[in-house]
Amino acid sequence: MAKQPVHDGQRVDAPTGTAFVGHEWDGIEELNTPLPRWWLWTFYFTIVWAIIYTVLYPAWPMIEKATAGTLGWTSHGQLAAEMTAANAKRAPLINALAAVPVEQLVSDQKVYQAAVSGGAAAFKVHCVQCHGSGATGSKGYPNLNDDDWLWGGDINAIHYTLTHGIRNPEHAETRQSAMPQFDAMFKPAELNAVVQHVQSLSGKAKPNAAGAALFATNCVSCHGANGKGLREFGAPNLTDNIWLYGGDAASIKQTVRYSRQGVMPRWGDKLDPATIKMLAAYVHSLGGGEATVAAAPIAATPAAAATEAK
Amino acid sequence: MAFRIIEHAKLERNVALLGVFALVTVMIGGLVQITPLFWIDSTIEKVEGVRPYTPLEQAGRNIYIREGCYVCHSQQVRPFRDEVERYGPYSLAAESMYDHPFQWGSKRTGPDLARVGGRYSDEWHRAHLKDPRAVVPESIMPPYAFLAEKSLRTDDIVAQLTALSRVGVPYSKEAIAKAAADLEAQANPDADATELKKRYPKVQVRDYDGDPTKITEMDALVSYLQVLGTMVDHKKAASQQVPNEGAAK
Repeated sequence: MAKQPVHDGQRVDAPTGTAFVGHEWDGIEELNTPLPRWWLWTFYFTIVWAIIYTVLYPAWPMIEKATAGTLGWTSHGQLAAEMTAANAKRAPLINALAAVPVEQLVSDQKVYQAAVSGGAAAFKVHCVQCHGSGATGSKGYPNLNDDDWLWGGDINAIHYTLTHGIRNPEHAETRQSAMPQFDAMFKPAELNAVVQHVQSLSGKAKPNAAGAALFATNCVSCHGANGKGLREFGAPNLTDNIWLYGGDAASIKQTVRYSRQGVMPRWGDKLDPATIKMLAAYVHSLGGGEATVAAAPIAATPAAAATEAK
Repeated sequence: MAFRIIEHAKLERNVALLGVFALVTVMIGGLVQITPLFWIDSTIEKVEGVRPYTPLEQAGRNIYIREGCYVCHSQQVRPFRDEVERYGPYSLAAESMYDHPFQWGSKRTGPDLARVGGRYSDEWHRAHLKDPRAVVPESIMPPYAFLAEKSLRTDDIVAQLTALSRVGVPYSKEAIAKAAADLEAQANPDADATELKKRYPKVQVRDYDGDPTKITEMDALVSYLQVLGTMVDHKKAASQQVPNEGAAK
């Protein structure tokens, strides 16, 4: 191609009709192809939109804070609006829940059933990590479907456990008890005797006098003379063959020697009162829920009676 | 475009001119990003309750970073309803003011951990870190059982706190000097923790790893996890975090 004086737009590429830019690399020349119109107008539009956006919404960083934008939008404000809307939708149940004292919740079937389904949802978010998705628990985390309760299975007790937790050292109202560690107190033979006696309570071993005597001096103050436990101290019933940490000799030996100090978080400062009430209703509904002692006089209502009958 | 301050051809052929214009362009970009940092102190609201991490928690934080926990876990509850209802109140800037580096993010393979403190027992954390599937069957988290075996390295804790104090974390001279003692006091419920409690309000003192014979990396990591999101009483702090009054409440 013959060289021509370089002037923008002067020289035109014959096949395309587009002007050359004037650059040439080893005979390869650059064409000054204009940008597609649609692209260019989209580009201009984004510039205009950006200007409009920075006026409407928080954008430009200033010394103290960014410009607020004429719409007054904030992410926190949007969240607050969403929460208000959601709370308004939930308000009937929340208000109904607030009006019913927790110990009488069971007798108000309509509210109770609504609370149970709300509690089922909350359980999946906050409780399944320890108690399992079916609330069946695992080693160290109680099964909530059965009627074997450490600290009480009426809705009031469940509600208290949920609110204040178990063994939260920095919380005064938490459920608290500490089984002693018998590691240094029992000789190996005595330990075996006690373990055998504990197993015999649920028919897993033959009774032995030495173990019974040791049990009587060391264990009855919490577990009771018959080994049926004491909810006041969260002392488990040893006769029902339900074991939180295992009922084989090795597990029981471990428990007696070093004790177990299961911890449950307190939810009172994490969840709102309505959610805790719903969780209490849900756990109570799982199968082992007991009638509240204080609410016994009104247990004549079919709901409470039915629960009691379980 | 019709208006031109300078011919582009001229810019391309003049190295000095190109250098000057490139510098100006980069400076504008730099100023936009860097200038706000000079006012960072005035943009972080002070929130009651936030304190520097204790030496044990800080050691746990270092393990958290060493093991790459941040690859899957963020520590930032964003102000969205789904996050607030799952994790708790949204994170405040002040809550990570002593984090170097911070652990914000929105890329999550595991759940957000900004408010994980107090949600589980120490025993649960131990079981979960040793074998996540023991407590959460559907978990895909790798096991970190070795943390319970490995003794915590404590000889560098004074240097750690010194380094942090140089970037603005208000550790007192005393807190730095007694860092090793504070570290041990927090993991041992029988130790005298009065000084530790004075220096770090609301500090939780207990044997986090369930092994009273030694201080392991498990102690440190669990103590860090248990303090996350627990420093601020968010019911009180909520009112301090409304940028446009009236918009949020």
